[in-house]
This record gives sequence, structure tokens and C-alpha cells, in this order.
Amino acid sequence: MTDVALAAAARTRVARDTAAEARVRARYRAEWRFRMYGLLAIALTGVFLVIVLTDVLRKGLPAFTQYHLNLEVNVDPAEIDPQNTRDPGVIRAGDFHALVRSALRGIFPEVSERAVRRRLDALLSSGASDALRDRVVSDPSLIGTSARVPVLISADADLYFKGLGTNIDRRDGRGAATPTGTIGEISITSTANDFSPDLTYIKLTISIRARDLRAEAERFRRSLRTVEARRGELESSLAAARNANDAARIAAAESALKPVLGDQETLTSRASEAENRAAELQARLDRVDSQETLEDTQPSVLVAINGGLVKVKQLGNARIDGEVLLPLSSESEAAPGAWQIITYITPEANRRAGDREVTWLERLKQMGLVEAGFNWRFFSAGDSREPELAGIRGALTGSALTLLVTLLICLPLGVGAAIYLEEFAIKNRVTEVIEVNINNLAAVPSIVFGLLGLAVFLNFIGLPRSAPIVGGLVLALLVLPTIIIAARAALKAVPPSIKEAALGVGASHQQAVFHHVLPLAIPGILTGTIIGMAHALGETAPLLMIGMVAFIVEVPTSVTDAGTVLPVQIYLWSDLPEIGFQAKTAAAIIVLLGFLFVMNGAAIYLRRRFERRW
Amino acid sequence: MDMMVHPIKVVSAASPEVASAAIKIAARSVNVFYGDKHALKDVSVDVPERAVTAFIGPSGCGKSTFLRCINRMNDTIPIARVTGQILIDDLDIYDPSLDVVQLRARVGMVFQKPNPFPKSVYENVAYGPRIHGLAKSKADLEEIVVTSLKKASLWEEVKERLTDPGTGLSGGQQQRLCIARAIAVSPEIILMDEPCSALDPIATARIEELIDELRANYTIIIVTHSMQQAARVSQRTAFFHLGVLVEEGQTETIFTNPSDKRTLDYITGRFG
Repeated sequence: MTDVALAAAARTRVARDTAAEARVRARYRAEWRFRMYGLLAIALTGVFLVIVLTDVLRKGLPAFTQYHLNLEVNVDPAEIDPQNTRDPGVIRAGDFHALVRSALRGIFPEVSERAVRRRLDALLSSGASDALRDRVVSDPSLIGTSARVPVLISADADLYFKGLGTNIDRRDGRGAATPTGTIGEISITSTANDFSPDLTYIKLTISIRARDLRAEAERFRRSLRTVEARRGELESSLAAARNANDAARIAAAESALKPVLGDQETLTSRASEAENRAAELQARLDRVDSQETLEDTQPSVLVAINGGLVKVKQLGNARIDGEVLLPLSSESEAAPGAWQIITYITPEANRRAGDREVTWLERLKQMGLVEAGFNWRFFSAGDSREPELAGIRGALTGSALTLLVTLLICLPLGVGAAIYLEEFAIKNRVTEVIEVNINNLAAVPSIVFGLLGLAVFLNFIGLPRSAPIVGGLVLALLVLPTIIIAARAALKAVPPSIKEAALGVGASHQQAVFHHVLPLAIPGILTGTIIGMAHALGETAPLLMIGMVAFIVEVPTSVTDAGTVLPVQIYLWSDLPEIGFQAKTAAAIIVLLGFLFVMNGAAIYLRRRFERRW
Repeated sequence: MDMMVHPIKVVSAASPEVASAAIKIAARSVNVFYGDKHALKDVSVDVPERAVTAFIGPSGCGKSTFLRCINRMNDTIPIARVTGQILIDDLDIYDPSLDVVQLRARVGMVFQKPNPFPKSVYENVAYGPRIHGLAKSKADLEEIVVTSLKKASLWEEVKERLTDPGTGLSGGQQQRLCIARAIAVSPEIILMDEPCSALDPIATARIEELIDELRANYTIIIVTHSMQQAARVSQRTAFFHLGVLVEEGQTETIFTNPSDKRTLDYITGRFG
């Protein structure tokens, strides 16, 4: 009897326990799920952050180094100071670029043709002679001697050395090769089928292109069929309209037919063009003589032989015809292994540096004349149209001046407004409306502040366009709500007992606020201010409206000079087509992020350092 | 310590002279409204000079509200409205021509929770005299600080660490520092709003001793929840209930022979 009762009691207890256990388990599961959501969100954010940072760093870091040539330049008095005045003004005006140019030409004496010489000159930046000029101006005794100076190269040449050129494949010749000349157009014949791999590869690329062209032609034909069907429909409806003699319908059908006829014509010509080119390529492939003409859409093949370099134009299995890029020393036969076949894998059409440029740059590198150094110019120069000359000094100075104006306006005004609203203002409808609107202002799109600045500061007050003072004023409007809100929060966070204590010993309200509440709120106010300033530093849109988006080479020296700021500079550069500016854009982003990082770090430090607990 | 065991026993000898001493504060028909709420109803009371008057009563009965009327601390609450008259030395403190800062220098206050400034011990005490220009020189100021700390019987404990932050002291020391701070501006009246409620019994005992010493020179009003404390430190006691001053008189009388039934119920612990 008792056993039965006990068992029943145990059963009910067990039943209750399983229900409770299930609840506990459900609770644990819910907590686990919530934790996982959090972890997932953090992981996702982390992944995106890493992607962005690696991308920016990968693109931007190369811009912090710059390649230059170390050339021995003969400082010819005839170009610099023919009258021998030794006057710095005269020297400064001398044609140093000509000196640098002739130094480079001295390295490649075989370049005589005008067009080719121009390509050689183009390796140099337009600022190539800056270092030489500075050296000679500071030390006129160099005139008449020769000096080894760093010579800035063009952005394309710079990018070539930074790996945006081409992969280069080299393999030794297996047969003995004989050139027919040392300069100009020559042929080289090998005793083995040394060039057959290249020929096979070229033929393969041609057959791929022929196939692509045929597919393209087929696509055009398909579209053409739909267009023709549409034309048939329209023509029959036109005929019907003519029969009915309905002028309106005739006009409508005719106007609809016109573009269709145009489409048909274009498609027909495109289709036949593609077909013709495909047929041409097929014919080349089918030819028995197994010779191919190289085009700039195919990898470049070159032969290095007898100290010179030949660019292949006609490629056969054992014989090539080509143009000499670097002169050969002799016409003698080169033994197997003593000559090389070099392939620039990226087709010339897809490269910024052509085969000649690559050849010259590789030769300069072999001669040990190419050096890399930290790109100081990036921090010391203003904007430029040449990527290798462009720097962020102007934008940095503009940003600094703009932020200075913003800070000078925002901090006293914002903190004053916060103190007044928080501590002194009578609470009524008006102050309530003001408070709500301050909070709303913080959410107003920044471009609206730009429009306001344009209307008020430029058009009404007549302040100078593009000037940091206007930018600073506009950004001050933008940041003011943030600072007021942060300062009010900081003031509110000071315990009221401190103020009561001060009032209790007979301090006036103002004394209590300025002696006790404000000092305790200052870390919070500073944090808010720095974050507001960081926000202002990264702001672009309102500054576009007030003309800080102009191309300005000079570094601004006062708040009324025309200038630009860092984020606008980034925006400007990101829009430019030159590849060199892509790296500059990323590099400027790194600098901007660096500043934001430092500012936020300062905010955190101030908060930690001066935070008081009571 | 004995006095803490027996709940209601009047220790301080309330001499008859005290009752007949000069009236320092006279309140006439004081009403306080917080918005629509009528927090204090028609309170009239006389507070004698150089004696301790205790305000007792259950929570929310208006005793703190009345205390804060005496140095016009209620002014800092925008919705508070005070009617009636409070006279200090026959001077109406709600007179529009009166400077509230001057008033607060005469009527010091010690709060429920110790609230020293987050500054050094020295600066805590020196702040009041400095803003009121009580010290002619640095030496003067030092003299005032030392005297005030001595009067608050804190000097022996902090003389070695005057430059340490006041917030670093123990709770009881902080409260005595607050008393020293109040004394430093030479007030005539010291208001204490439950000064021991955040302190342990030993610190409480020290504060009570201090209050007993201070009454020789100052008029003291203390709001307390503890009837034992009222009995121990005060000469006169006022009992508030629901915003009404129910009964006021000699502490001994209030605790032994109250005339109102509500007072009797409260001091015998039937409510509150």
C-alpha cells in the first residue's frame, strides 16, 4: 500500500521535474541562440572590416613608395647659366629637364628616330628634374661637372616596377641562332624548332578568337531575325493602313518602322563584320606556311641575342623576323643556350608600358639605376594632374584649417548652448521646441547644410568660394548638434548632489555650474567634440556645394585661400582615369583612416584618463 | 551604546531655558506645492536659537520639504511653489529683495548622502570661504579650514592628508567633511537632512556627538527617520504626518507624553 503511494508520489514529482527540466533546457537554448546571433554579427562585421582594410592597404601601400632613376647627369652650363652669373634666379630658370633627358638618351644611344625618342623621354616625369634643380641651386659649384641625382619617372613606369606591368617568361634557345643584322629589321634563324611552342600558343589564341567571333556573329544574326519579324509585322500593318487610307495610322506605322530599319542595318553590318574577321582568322590558321604575324593583342615574343633584343613580328617554327629594340653587338652565330626567347605575357594592348618601354625599364633595372624610396612627395606636394607628382599636402592643410575654424566655432558655442539649455533655460514650450529641433538637426542630411552654406555664406554674405573658412562654418553647423547633445549628456551625467553641495555652501547657480558641474563634465564634452570633429573630417557632401571640390595645386596658407580637404581630394582622385591615381586614392584613404583612428583613440584615452567616479 | 538598545529614552537633558530661548526661525502658514501636489500644508513652527530641533515622521510626510524651504533649496526644483512666510531673525527669507546666495551662506546644509566635491579635503572646506571672500590671505584661509575641520572633529584624522581627494575618505569621515564644509562659511543655522542614514552605527554615534557639541554655537535642524536619534540629539521635536505638522514641543514631552494620538501611534511604532 505504502509502496503504491510512494510510487505515485514519485511519478508526479518526476512529471513535474521533466516539465521544469524542459523549461530549463528551453531557457538555455534561447540564451545560446542569442549568444550565437551576437557572435555571428561580430564575425560578419569582422570579415567585412578585414576585407575593406586589406583591399585599401593592398591598393594604397604601393603609393607610399616611389621608384626613381639614379642618373649621372652632366650639368651643362649652356643650358643652365650661359652667362656664368651664378645667380640663383637665373639658375632656377634653367632647362634642367633637357639635362635629365639627355642623360637618359645617353644610356640608349641607338634611339634616334624622333617618335621613338619621344617614347623614351616619356619615361621621365614632368617633375623629373626637380631634385637636380634643387641640388644645383643650393650648390652652384656643380655647374660644369656631373652629378648623380634621383630622377623621378612617369607614373606608368613607376607602376611597371610595382608589378602592374607584365609577367616575363624566359627560356633558353636549344639550337644555334644566327641573326641577319645588328639594327633595324632583321631575321633570326635557329637550327632547332625553337619557336614552335610560341607558334602553337599564338595559333591557339587565334582559333579561340575566331570561335568567339563566330559566336558573336551568331548572336547578331539571332537578334536580326527578331528585328526582321518585327519589320514584317510593321510592314503588313502599314499596308493595311494604306488600304484603309487612314493617315494617322500610316504615320504611326511609318515612324515605328524607321528605327527598326536602322536596327536591321546596324545588326547586318556588325554580323557580317564579325563573320568576315572570323573567316580571316580561320584562313590564317589554315595556311600551310606555318608563319604567324604577331599583333598587340597577343603576348609579345622577343629574342635576346648577342647583347641585343629583337621584337618578333613574324613567327615561324625555326625562324623569326623582327625589329631590333636594343642593338646587337654582332651578326655572329649564338650557340645553343647562349640566347634566350623572352615572352611578355600580358599583350601590349593591355599594358600601360609598351614593349619598348618594358625593354628600356628592364635594361635600366639591370644596370642598377632603378631605386625605390619612400614617397615624401606624397606628403609635401599639392594636387597635380600627373599621378607621380600629386600629393596630399594641400588637402591636409585644407582639412586642418577647416577643422580649426569648425572647432573654434563649435566648442564655445556648443558647450555654451548645452550649459544654458541644461542648467539655466526655463523649461517651457519654446525651449522644448528648441531641444527637439537640436536633436532633429543631428539627423539632417549633410548636403542640406552645404546648400545652406552656399545660400548664406557665399551668396548672401559673400565669403570667398572654396575657402576653408566657409567649409569650417558649414561643418560647424553640421557638428554643432552633435556637440550640444554630447555636452548635455555629459552635464546631465554629473550627479545632482555635487551641485546641491555647492549651492548648500552658498555658491550661486552659475558658480555651482562653472566650478563643479562643468569640470566634471569636461571629459564627456571633449569625447563628444572629438567624435564630432572626426565626423567633420570625413565629411564630403556639404563641401562640394561650397566649391571645395576645385582642382587646386597651391597649398592654402590662410582660411580664405582656395583649398580642398582630404575626403574631397579622395573623391576627386577616385574619379580620374589614370591608373596611378587609383593607388593615390587608396593611399589618401589610408591617411584619412589613420587620422580618424588617432582622433577616436584620443577620445577614448581622454575618457579613460579623466573619467571620475564618485 | 546603551542608548541604542532602549528605543525611546530621552538622553539629552532638555532644560526649560532652551524652550524659552530666542526664536531663530519662525515659519507662518507655509505651504509647498510640487505642481498639483500639495506637499506641505499650512505649517507654522518656531525654532529656538542654539538648540537642536528634530523633524520626525514617516516617509513622504513633508519634513525634508520643509527643511529645504529654510535655505530655499526648493528654488532649484522648477515645479515647486512656496507660500507663507519664513522669518530668520525676523527677516522674511522669501522677500524678493533677499539674495538667496547670502541666505545659503547663513543657512548651511548637510545632505543625506555624503557629497564631498571630487577635490582635495582642503579644497572641499576652502571652497565656501573662498567664494564668499571670508579669508583675506592664504594663511587666513588655512586658519578657517583647520578650525572648521577641528570643529567637525575631523582634523586629527585628515591633517596628514589634506591634499588627498575628499571622496577617498570613509562614509562617516565624508559626512563630517561635509559638516566642516558647511561650518567653514560661518553659518548661523545648519540644516541636516537625514545625515546618518547612509552611515554605520559607529559613524552615526560620532556625528551625533558632533551635533551635540555644535549646538552651543549653531541653530541645528535635523531631519531623521530614527526616533532614537531624535530623542538622543534634539531638545525640541516636530512630528510631521501627510504634509501636516501634527505636534511640536520639547523632545521629552513628545516622546513621553504626546498630546496627539497620531504622534503616539508613530513613536510607539504602530505605523511609519
